[in-house]
Amino acid sequence: MKNTISALLLGTALVLSVASVASADDKTVKIGVLSDQSGLYADLAGPGSTLAAQMAIEDSGLKAKGWTIDLISGDHQNKPDIGTTIARQWFDVDKVDTIVDVPNSGVALAVNNVVKEKNGVYINSGAATSDLTNAQCSPNTVHWTYDTYMLAHATGQALVKAGGDTWFFLTADYAFGAALERDTTAVVTANGGKVVGGVKHPLNTADFSSFLLQAQASKAKIIGLANAGGDTTNSIKQAAEFGIVKGGQKLAALLLFLTDVKAIGLETAQGLNFTETFYWDLNDKTRAFSKRFSEKLKSGAPPTMVQAGVYAGLLHYFKALEALGGNPHDGAKVIAKMKTIPTDDPLFGKGEVEANGRVTHDAYLFEVKKPSESKGPWDFYKLVGTVPGNQAFTPLDKSTCALLKK
Amino acid sequence: MQALYAQLLVGLINGSFYALLSLGLAVIFGMLNIINFAHGALYMMGAFVAYFLLNLGGINYWWALIIAPVVVGIFGMILERTMLQWLAGLDHLYGLLLTFGIALIVQGVFQNYFGSSGLPYSIPDQLKGGVNLGFMFLPVYRGWVVVFSLVVCLATWFLIEKTQLGAYLRAATENPTLVRAFGINVPRMITLTYGLGVGLAALAGVLSAPINQVRPLMGADLIIVVFAVVVIGGMGSIMGSIITGFALGVIEGLTKYFYPEASNTVVFVLMVVVLLVKPTGLTGRAA
Repeated sequence: MKNTISALLLGTALVLSVASVASADDKTVKIGVLSDQSGLYADLAGPGSTLAAQMAIEDSGLKAKGWTIDLISGDHQNKPDIGTTIARQWFDVDKVDTIVDVPNSGVALAVNNVVKEKNGVYINSGAATSDLTNAQCSPNTVHWTYDTYMLAHATGQALVKAGGDTWFFLTADYAFGAALERDTTAVVTANGGKVVGGVKHPLNTADFSSFLLQAQASKAKIIGLANAGGDTTNSIKQAAEFGIVKGGQKLAALLLFLTDVKAIGLETAQGLNFTETFYWDLNDKTRAFSKRFSEKLKSGAPPTMVQAGVYAGLLHYFKALEALGGNPHDGAKVIAKMKTIPTDDPLFGKGEVEANGRVTHDAYLFEVKKPSESKGPWDFYKLVGTVPGNQAFTPLDKSTCALLKK
Repeated sequence: MQALYAQLLVGLINGSFYALLSLGLAVIFGMLNIINFAHGALYMMGAFVAYFLLNLGGINYWWALIIAPVVVGIFGMILERTMLQWLAGLDHLYGLLLTFGIALIVQGVFQNYFGSSGLPYSIPDQLKGGVNLGFMFLPVYRGWVVVFSLVVCLATWFLIEKTQLGAYLRAATENPTLVRAFGINVPRMITLTYGLGVGLAALAGVLSAPINQVRPLMGADLIIVVFAVVVIGGMGSIMGSIITGFALGVIEGLTKYFYPEASNTVVFVLMVVVLLVKPTGLTGRAA
């Protein structure tokens, strides 16, 4: 009897000690790249985002320090219901800790709720809506690369100040387009301009001629394109066809990616002004990363700002994990740690994760080069200005995030 | 009022793509009894062939208008010989599933190699610029598209409804055994007909390359609308699909003007209405 009890006690003690060792040493993390892998945003995010995540895992050096980091990827097909189904399955069945990327604001906002409910980590790079760090902010979310507030302020302000005081919007009819139009309208009116009209078009429209004719008839000085990806490239291409720019109106591509410029061709895209927070040819560090990246990507393209944001966001996440020393499964705790460490990475430079989850870093105003100025297959941008991080994004006192009200 | 004229014209331009595509579908359905879901993928291939001809071979748009339909048409005939011909006499569903599968494979392969954002193809120099019509600025290229597709549509209609060859074709679909007894090679005729339908899709692809991006999914986005056009016009009716194609382009254009949010769905609303009132479509014959 005595032996049995002591054996039991010993056994219990052993189990307890093993358990406590296991929890102190829990250094397994699973990351899910949730993206548009095949639709209209697949080139600017998609497989390139997965590659960027892999490179971040390798470059973090955590594996050498005993961490186990797994990566999976999924295709949300730009449908919020598919996005949330994958996210739920990842948390419940596959034991994913962290979801990254998620372009398409509609899907991004839906996934935001799931991650909060499951107390995961959400590092969004691909979505534009500024609601992620305002009305719908969450203790589990970091919004890395860009947002509609930043796009509206950097591009919108520059254009209004250059004399473009009347605007007509072509807006993609979903969460992103609405947010971008709203934020840009605020900037235009605050700077003394006026919005004279607009039209909402369905996502993934092939033919913009009807909408462009309405924009033309409005006589607005600026036609603001509150859309993205294939919608933007089609708008720009067809605007050239209808002689809109030649007729004296100016196009404002509020959101334009490197891959979009490639698809339009410099002949048509030259002279467009727009804002991004990353360009492969900015400095030695971005060039070095981009070279490694494009050698591994099948299409050979350099990274877009979304893909760069996946890489940089994960690097910062790994820094927080290292600082915590283990136990990466409490999402809110990891995000809180990310907010205490200043961000500093080779692609976006120095910045910080603000209390509402917004990451601030410099934003750049670019102009598309003329075909004669371009020296290589991806040499597209001319830098015309830099907006410092603390001015580019929503000031904290204007953020409507509930996390800020204490 | 001026804006309305402009929208009507723009609708007509889009309608010419619908007409060309639904015409090919109608020809294939009418003669082969196959619901060709690969049509969108073949349209996309037409645009890609034009892109390759220009960028790899330096062959311009005008040659592409001839070469691309022939190349894609031959590809179509190979499909028909190797796969579709085995489905003759079976339920429509088999053809639909097979061609749908083919479309997915073709699109998947193109997407794998060329990504999703598209490749640029510029308007040929001779058709650049535009004309001020007073109520709108009409790009010369768009005008060309309307005229050219109208000519092609009417020529196809004439070929099938008014010539000896067309008569054989129509007879072969009604009673292949009898037509074969007259010494006509029916299988070869069927293959050529599929090639013709596919060639029409590829031709529409070349026409669209300069105004839309050359993208692997360009056909997938369009095919559903085109199917609605064919259903509304009446499956297999040649003239029905031409007229409905242009008409729906116009209706869609007007919707974009009055209530843009509905422009993607108006065609389907119409389809439902037509099917409720006349299940065979506007000009279709009862099966």
